[in-house]
Amino acid sequence: MTEPVVSLRGVRADLGSRPVLRGIDLTVHRGEVVALLGANGSGKSTAVRSVIGQVQTGAGAIELFGTDRRRFRDWHRVGYVPQRTTAAGGVPATVTEVVSSGRLSRARFGVLRKADHAAVRRALDLVGMADRAKDSVDALSGGQHQRVLIARALACEPELLIMDEPMAGVDLASQEVLAHTLTEQVSQGTTVLLVLHELGPLEPLIDRAVVLRDGCVVHDGPPPKAVGQHALPGHDHVHPHAPAGAEPIRTGLLS
Amino acid sequence: MDFLDYAFMQRALLAAVLVGITAPAVGIYLVQRRQALMGDGIGHVAMTGVGLGFLLTWSPVWMATLVSVLGAVLMELIRWYGKTRGDIALAMLFYGGMAGGVMFINLAPTGSNANLTSYLFGSLSTVSQSDVTAICVLAAFVVLVTLGLRRQLFAVSQDEEFARVTGLPVRVLNLLTAVTAAVTVTVAMRVVGLLLVSALMVVPVAAAQQIARSFAATFVIAVAIGVSVTIGGTVTSYYQDVPPGATIVLLTLGAFIALTALAAPLARRRARARAAADGATDPGDCTIPGSRRAADEVGV
Ligand SMILES: Nc1ncnc2c1ncn2[C@@H]1O[C@H](COP(=O)(O)OP(=O)(O)O)[C@@H](O)[C@H]1O
Ligand SMILES: [Mg+2]
Repeated sequence: MTEPVVSLRGVRADLGSRPVLRGIDLTVHRGEVVALLGANGSGKSTAVRSVIGQVQTGAGAIELFGTDRRRFRDWHRVGYVPQRTTAAGGVPATVTEVVSSGRLSRARFGVLRKADHAAVRRALDLVGMADRAKDSVDALSGGQHQRVLIARALACEPELLIMDEPMAGVDLASQEVLAHTLTEQVSQGTTVLLVLHELGPLEPLIDRAVVLRDGCVVHDGPPPKAVGQHALPGHDHVHPHAPAGAEPIRTGLLS
Repeated sequence: MDFLDYAFMQRALLAAVLVGITAPAVGIYLVQRRQALMGDGIGHVAMTGVGLGFLLTWSPVWMATLVSVLGAVLMELIRWYGKTRGDIALAMLFYGGMAGGVMFINLAPTGSNANLTSYLFGSLSTVSQSDVTAICVLAAFVVLVTLGLRRQLFAVSQDEEFARVTGLPVRVLNLLTAVTAAVTVTVAMRVVGLLLVSALMVVPVAAAQQIARSFAATFVIAVAIGVSVTIGGTVTSYYQDVPPGATIVLLTLGAFIALTALAAPLARRRARARAAADGATDPGDCTIPGSRRAADEVGV
């Protein structure tokens, strides 16, 4: 058995007095690509944010590379791509400036040396944004912006990549670039935990899928095939506004 | 240049330059984290410090530094723990600070509202040698923090959640930003006054943003604007006998308007250059979300 890179055991979290995670078990082994699936509001983002210590957990144990998360300090081993929001800084910043902050985990006292600048350029190359390095991030499309955020996560050359809906609102051209980038990372042995709405172009990469519903894991195993094809006629889906637990998941593989 | 012969003008100009550097240097981080009004809040709290300084016959500048640093730390703590009621707590802090200032200065044997006015709106002739010493020490601290930690402060102000994952001490850096802003308020207090301090933190940054594309350029241009307007305002107020704080702020607004007018043609030129460089071969730009369907919202 390979060493677990991410391990959650019985993790519970309340947000605003409402239970959002209700005892989650999730393990990601070295070299694995695990997709975290589930409807809107099922707790996917909360789960990954608890891994990086952004969400207070009420109970349970979280380990990163075998170390309790609260004692974990090797942040340069982790690259994180947050769920894209409109929250950009209030001051213009170039693509390079944003990606450089991803290198800080490897820089002593925030001083970037030659090797660090080279790593930033490599990360930009990986996502095909090297030609936009000096442009303001405000001038980018949604897909290009997402590529920049992924380059920022790759700048520290992480062993573990955590991404929250990297494909949401991304144009097809950028989706292809991202799928290619990710394939390359995975082939070099990077461990990946990604939150997804649909498997989409990443489907061939995924080793295992964990499905959340209402803060509980309802599936942990091979990726459910139907998810990638649910635009086809006749497929079933649980509507996000359906009352909790009113309908069983009918995606064939899960039952 | 006869104004340079007067010792009080030499002191005033030195103070003005330091204000012109430090206020935008801190302000850029406040603007970046969308807390542009924080300087204003600290300015209100600092009034209690000035009042206490008169009451205890201490240096009002150092007393204001102490009180506004405490106030800024308190504001940062309210931001962490206050959640939804945070804005009300902040409002009470601001008004309490202002009322405390007026109260203390009137209780003080040597104080009057006239004294307070010079702190509220700035005054050149009253900048003393000890004020200048204090301002130099405080400004050195501000420059050290805002330049020395620029990468860390940029990361934290840009995306706090991501900064945490790079292992940066986010809370320490947030507190340091608040403390540095408080120190800047007291640096600027003698020249532009407590009520107008925030303008000099925010408006040069807003003006610089009109023409800059990078954070670094915004920083440099904002500081250049800050130094120009503080020197310009100080000299103008010497010749025309107008209040320096108001003059400086109006000049800053003028710079903002001028750069905004400049920005439109500049942006057009850049767009043309961009289009020429790209050719028509970049489909990545224009096919974003529209193609998503309602069913795409659901994973399982
Ligand atoms: N800061 C917060 N305060 C209160 N409730 C929250 C907060 N963040 C998320 N939630 C709630 O927690 C639930 C799970 O959210 P999230 O983890 O973002 O879901 P997902 O990423 O699966 O769409 C949602 O119902 C959401 O409304
Ligand atoms: Mg989410």
